[in-house]
Amino acid sequence: MATDAASNTATAGTAAATDAETATSPRRFTRSLLHNRKALIGAVILLVMVFVSVFPGLIAPHDPEASIYPPNLGPSWNHLLGTTQLGQDVFSQLIWSTRLTLEVTLVVSLIATLISMIIGVTAAYAGGLTDRVLTMTTDVFLIIPVLPLLILLSAYLTPGTGSLILALIITSWAFQARQLRSQGLSVRNRDYVVAARVRGERPLYIVLVEIVPTMTSLIVASFLALAVFEVGFAASLQFLGLGNSGSLMWGTMLYNAQQAAALESGNAWWALSPGAAVALMGAGFALLNYAFDEVGNPALRPLRRKRGRTPA
Amino acid sequence: MRYLARRGVLFLVTLWAALTVNFIIPRVMPGNEATAVLGTLHNVNPAALHALQIEFAVNVHQSVLSSYFEYLGNCLTGQFGVTAQGVPVMTEIMSKLPWTLGLVGVATVLAFVIGTVAGIASAWRLGGRLDSVLPPTLFIVSTIPAFFIGLLLIYVFAVRLNWLPLGGNYSVGATPSWSLSFIWDVLKHALLPALSLVIVTAGLWVYSMRNNMITTVSEDYVKTARAKGLPTRRIKYDYAARNAILPNLTGFAMQLGYVLGGAIVIEYLFSYPGLGYLFYTASTNHDLPLMEGLFLFYTVAVLVCVLVADILTAILDPRTREG
Repeated sequence: MATDAASNTATAGTAAATDAETATSPRRFTRSLLHNRKALIGAVILLVMVFVSVFPGLIAPHDPEASIYPPNLGPSWNHLLGTTQLGQDVFSQLIWSTRLTLEVTLVVSLIATLISMIIGVTAAYAGGLTDRVLTMTTDVFLIIPVLPLLILLSAYLTPGTGSLILALIITSWAFQARQLRSQGLSVRNRDYVVAARVRGERPLYIVLVEIVPTMTSLIVASFLALAVFEVGFAASLQFLGLGNSGSLMWGTMLYNAQQAAALESGNAWWALSPGAAVALMGAGFALLNYAFDEVGNPALRPLRRKRGRTPA
Repeated sequence: MRYLARRGVLFLVTLWAALTVNFIIPRVMPGNEATAVLGTLHNVNPAALHALQIEFAVNVHQSVLSSYFEYLGNCLTGQFGVTAQGVPVMTEIMSKLPWTLGLVGVATVLAFVIGTVAGIASAWRLGGRLDSVLPPTLFIVSTIPAFFIGLLLIYVFAVRLNWLPLGGNYSVGATPSWSLSFIWDVLKHALLPALSLVIVTAGLWVYSMRNNMITTVSEDYVKTARAKGLPTRRIKYDYAARNAILPNLTGFAMQLGYVLGGAIVIEYLFSYPGLGYLFYTASTNHDLPLMEGLFLFYTVAVLVCVLVADILTAILDPRTREG
């Protein structure tokens, strides 16, 4: 497997360099993605997390919510990451928190990507006034500082996972809408789109069947970029106590640890391990995203040493 | 000029949108939180109280439309009412502003300079040693939430090594002055929060600058410059980098909102008494007038930066002036 991958990176480099069309062929695309080390590491991290969130009971040794152990224990075999101030097992909390953290990230990223796709492609396809209004709306959402808006909203929303998801979606769809719009603009006047228009297809059909499928790779990249952002952002919100402090998520663990001054009072594992988990999940999505960029855009690839080096 | 005009319109529309959000939220959200907050206000200037009542739709005996225009007028003339403690919102904001300005300003400029220079170097030797290590590393680092970097720095430098303070802006009991020892004390307190912000944001600049550079390096004018036999240094900085940096200027201003958000979390983590910490305490105290004032203040700050970046872009890039 290792030698296979090594010999293939060499050929993949020249293959992609010779013609740009290889990047658009889905099979080639998937194959070069699989041979990308960053993509592989990212995928392994995320698969492990998916497994953990599906079967937390198999891994976690204790009940995550039971406050039945001595408080503020250090790491030991029985309590791998020690216990909280209330005498709960930190490791079990960490494992059980994976599920909701992953769910919130995926749901928010998915819906936000869909919204940005609809807005971006509609703006590009419709053009004229619709385009100008939608682009202006997107720009307004991009400029308004996100965290201050979220803090303001949180004063009115009832705390809970639903509110958290809603607030995250409202504030994050705009990021990718612009990119998807400019991609839509470049596709808009291609022959097959014009042909569909001449055939008399409805706009909705043209957008969904003719335009969106050609943008798949960009849409996936948008989804991954959003996921990277949401993991950290949700945790930041919860860290400030603005999320759903009752549910088991890494961000709420961080909030509880911070409230108990865990770091200063010698319970560093409790304070740092959920943060490390957030960083790891973010890194998983980021590695996939980075690899996706490299495979989709050969110019960014580090493989092409000779061509990239500029004659000094 | 059409470019600047279009950006000017965006400025106004965004400002209007932010003001309107402030006005609408208390009216559409279930359970008017403001009634309780305004109920605790006594001995306040009646004009200020009236402004707040209009903003939050408490005890208003006029149509929504007329209070909307009165509210807009109040905002444009700088009357943002008073906080739950009865202090004018603007006074409260201005007293905390210098700390945030110092912290975020220095950290952002540092991150921008470091990131841009590293991005240029990385793209110039594409696939070189620097390029294969730096961008991926910084890209991963930039995805780590700012507060986690902060937590790690606190753990290492404040808790374990005990070299730097845990938080605050200067030592308890120190009196502010321009003496060297006090300035040193302030710098020591600012170092960890500033470092957290730099670490998180520098990677974004490396990444985008590298990608911009890769595109500009293959432009015809760079080839021409090379054919003319210009020195490498000139081609690299005056031809390629100067053009590659243009999109980053606007990006810089747009990112400011993100950086300010990161700074809120960092100020909270380090109990650094700037605007972010003020926002956090306002949120825990349900001090709605202060929260809305801060939200507007942040939006205007970002808007002004975006406008400055747009004007700079128009000066540096003749193409935008024609279009």
